[in-house]
Amino acid sequence: MAATTIPTEVIFRIRRFEPLGNAEPHWEEYRLPYTAGMTVLDGLRRIKETASPALAWRSSCRMGVCGSCGMFINGRPRLACNTQITELNTNLVLVAPLPNFNTVRDLVPDLMPMFDAHIALHPHLLRDDVAEQYQPTGEFFQSSHEVEQYLQFSYCIKCGCCMAACPTYATDPTYSGPMPLGQGHRYNADTRDGGFKTRKQQLAGERGPWRCHYAGECSRVCPKGVDPAKAIQLMKRELVLDYLHLLKHGCPAKAMGKPTGAKRRDGIPDAPARTIAGAPSL
Amino acid sequence: MRDQRWWTWHIAAGAIILVFLGLHMVIMHLDVIFRVFNPHPGHPIEWANVVERAKSGFFMVTYIVLLGAALFHGLYGLRTILFELNPGAGLKKTLSLLFVVGGLALFVFGAWAAWASFQFAITQPAAAAAL
Repeated sequence: MAATTIPTEVIFRIRRFEPLGNAEPHWEEYRLPYTAGMTVLDGLRRIKETASPALAWRSSCRMGVCGSCGMFINGRPRLACNTQITELNTNLVLVAPLPNFNTVRDLVPDLMPMFDAHIALHPHLLRDDVAEQYQPTGEFFQSSHEVEQYLQFSYCIKCGCCMAACPTYATDPTYSGPMPLGQGHRYNADTRDGGFKTRKQQLAGERGPWRCHYAGECSRVCPKGVDPAKAIQLMKRELVLDYLHLLKHGCPAKAMGKPTGAKRRDGIPDAPARTIAGAPSL
Repeated sequence: MRDQRWWTWHIAAGAIILVFLGLHMVIMHLDVIFRVFNPHPGHPIEWANVVERAKSGFFMVTYIVLLGAALFHGLYGLRTILFELNPGAGLKKTLSLLFVVGGLALFVFGAWAAWASFQFAITQPAAAAAL
């Protein structure tokens, strides 16, 4: 295993852009002392505190969960909070906004096209039994095998790194992109969902998975280990089988009634009362 | 919906090409092993062997099916590449129309050629074919 070089100083070269000013996008350089465990986000915070208060970016959770701090770091889309300086193997850190999106300011990309495509694919459970969906009388049953069909795709945090890495999305704005398509498949593969026909209105058209060249970059850069490229290929298969009338449209998982005859073990308190008025108690 | 249909046919055409191109390779390059396709002495493209295959209805049909599959697969792929250059909606329609008309014209010509070869070959006496 190669030894990690610990730098004493880190040079941040940051792409700056102020749309209301006259300056063209340009690079600015900042030098910081390295501190143990320093991430790219730590460095940006330090720069904002000490050198450039106007530096703009998005971040929130600082633990790779919220998906806000996707940036183009040393030539690869990554989460700033999840990227240690030492893992870059250099003390020169190039930080730019995610490519394939317009830039709002500095390191803030305009992610609205991605979310518009996401919304168009109905990224939520769609069921015929609307009453059951909104006023559930029990839990929807799924086997562990059924959960595995969509589980990894549900780890997506919508950071946009896959969209920034996608060579097709870079040149073809009509393509929905790996995140929306991956999430479309995430719900199509969920046995609690019955919305395939609704999503097909979008998927079977020009914006669908057909544009994917299977470069696989989306899966390579995903900070959560999701495999959107696989989701897209599975979606293609689903749509081909659907065209050939070979796709089994199973009924959405039924709601299981409340267990009867079960006895609460001693020492386990009752569940607290529902906080939403009118919601049925379980 | 249209893209779903065309993509499915694209995949099906690819599978057809794979099978028939495999058959073509067997006939042309494994002629020593598979003499059944080339009953006369010499290379598979010797006149006698060509006429012998052209006499077969099976070969006429496979030529036409392979032609249709290759044309559709190739032209749909070319259309996809061109569409990724983001032409306008009008240009997209024009390109699609050109591919459909051009593809159909080539298919009709190729199918006629296969049919005419078959008609010609079956009129050839076996002895003449062997010359």
